[in-house]
Amino acid sequence: MSESVTKRFDVLVVGGGPAGMAAAVSAAQAGVRVGVVDDNAGLGGQIWRGEHANSNSEASGWIRKASTSGIELIAGVRVVDQPRAGVLRGESLAGPLDFTYRKLILATGARERFLPFPGWTLPNVMGAGGLQSLVKCGLPVAGKRVIVAGTGPLLLAVAAFLREAGAWVLFVLEQASRMSFSRFATRLLWHPRKISQALSLRKSLSGVPRLTSAWPVAAEGNGVLQSVTISHRGRRKKVDCDYLACGFHLVPNSELPSLLGCRVRDGWVLVDDWQRTSQEQIFCAGEPTGVGGVELALIEGQIAGFAAVGDQEGAKKLFRPRAKQRAFSTALNRTFALRPELRDLPQSQTIVCRCEDVPLERLSGLRSWREAKLQTRCGMGPCQGRVCGSAAEFLFGWTVDSVRPPVFPAQLSTLSQNVRELDPVVAMRGEQ
Amino acid sequence: MPEPISVLVNGSRVSVTPGTTAAVAIMIAGTPCRTSVHGEGRGPLCGMGICFECCAQIDGVKRLRSCQIICEPGMEISTNE
Repeated sequence: MSESVTKRFDVLVVGGGPAGMAAAVSAAQAGVRVGVVDDNAGLGGQIWRGEHANSNSEASGWIRKASTSGIELIAGVRVVDQPRAGVLRGESLAGPLDFTYRKLILATGARERFLPFPGWTLPNVMGAGGLQSLVKCGLPVAGKRVIVAGTGPLLLAVAAFLREAGAWVLFVLEQASRMSFSRFATRLLWHPRKISQALSLRKSLSGVPRLTSAWPVAAEGNGVLQSVTISHRGRRKKVDCDYLACGFHLVPNSELPSLLGCRVRDGWVLVDDWQRTSQEQIFCAGEPTGVGGVELALIEGQIAGFAAVGDQEGAKKLFRPRAKQRAFSTALNRTFALRPELRDLPQSQTIVCRCEDVPLERLSGLRSWREAKLQTRCGMGPCQGRVCGSAAEFLFGWTVDSVRPPVFPAQLSTLSQNVRELDPVVAMRGEQ
Repeated sequence: MPEPISVLVNGSRVSVTPGTTAAVAIMIAGTPCRTSVHGEGRGPLCGMGICFECCAQIDGVKRLRSCQIICEPGMEISTNE
């Protein structure tokens, strides 16, 4: 049996997206040993997936800083467990890897919320961020007909991106009403940077029909997506297309924080002004504390990084920018709140749990997430409720909150390793 | 323009640009990644390693999330589990 290796850090950051990079760079300024662990091949997380260190973009700047400040990047490793206090276990293709830390910063980001509707399990129906990721990872979409749907600012960014990749974006369907949208737009007046982003998006999307109060009612096709039936202001229309990129805003990846004992409310990790969680050594920054986009993630990451190394002055300088961004995020999330009609989309035969093929009719009438798991296996498959649980919270009002290790499916050989101390002095003391 | 590399999907050669993930190679090959409990073909949904719809066998190792694995020349990707 291979032995797990233990890597020690003063500050360990889980997640190499904007918040994680900002945290690592800020912590590294104190000259301490900083590590960033991420399950992707490189830095950037979701929003900056595939960005490189050698361009003029903001993403590139952060990747450059995170790669050159003496920070150790451990890529391709997924944290799955906490074998004992102060130790995280990661799984990789090369074998298990353990990490010890004095301070831990969790920057695990968010994932898309998926809602079921008839045909949503057909190949070529994917998330909005999902299709963007796949295109960034080599999927050719030139000349393909794409409908972008769901809710959230991500839809417009994805539509613009797909257009630039040569796709023919037929529609952008936003479930929020036009009125919610206009109220949100006036908020932009307080944030000049966001106005220029919005204007540039508008330009990229000129000519693409953008409908509000619109959503997909069904995806149709024989073994693969061939058309989508759209609902818009009570009228229905069937549109042929090659891809449906559909996601309903974001939900926090708070499974690891939960496992580590951080207090979580309604899925959001609770933090104080220093981005510290209810666990004294653990900080959390970015989407898991409240979906707020890149700017907020960068600010929160920096605050967490400074706070983790005791640089309170550095952290305090960012309190006001954080407050401003948080106000914007609150308004944004209110704008894209899900309308009740979306609960009526799945029919009785529509699959809700994709891993275990559990249809809606087997879930209606059950009283809780726990009952659903026990009676139907919903949420007991590989995704462990990351797709179906988030949908069930909206469809049925259940609280999906039980987390047990491993937080991701892991190989037995990963979980069964004893923590091996490389430092005999530390081993004698019995703790890190 | 970087030279395309060649991988095998269920024994058939697929040409992809460097940096392409195995999940995308499977999509380019025109086949679903996996089969559901009741026999339906499924493809990638989330593109970020949380939905597990893209699971495939890669170079002999089963149940890998193919959307997080970059293609290497000669990689053998199998969707027949």
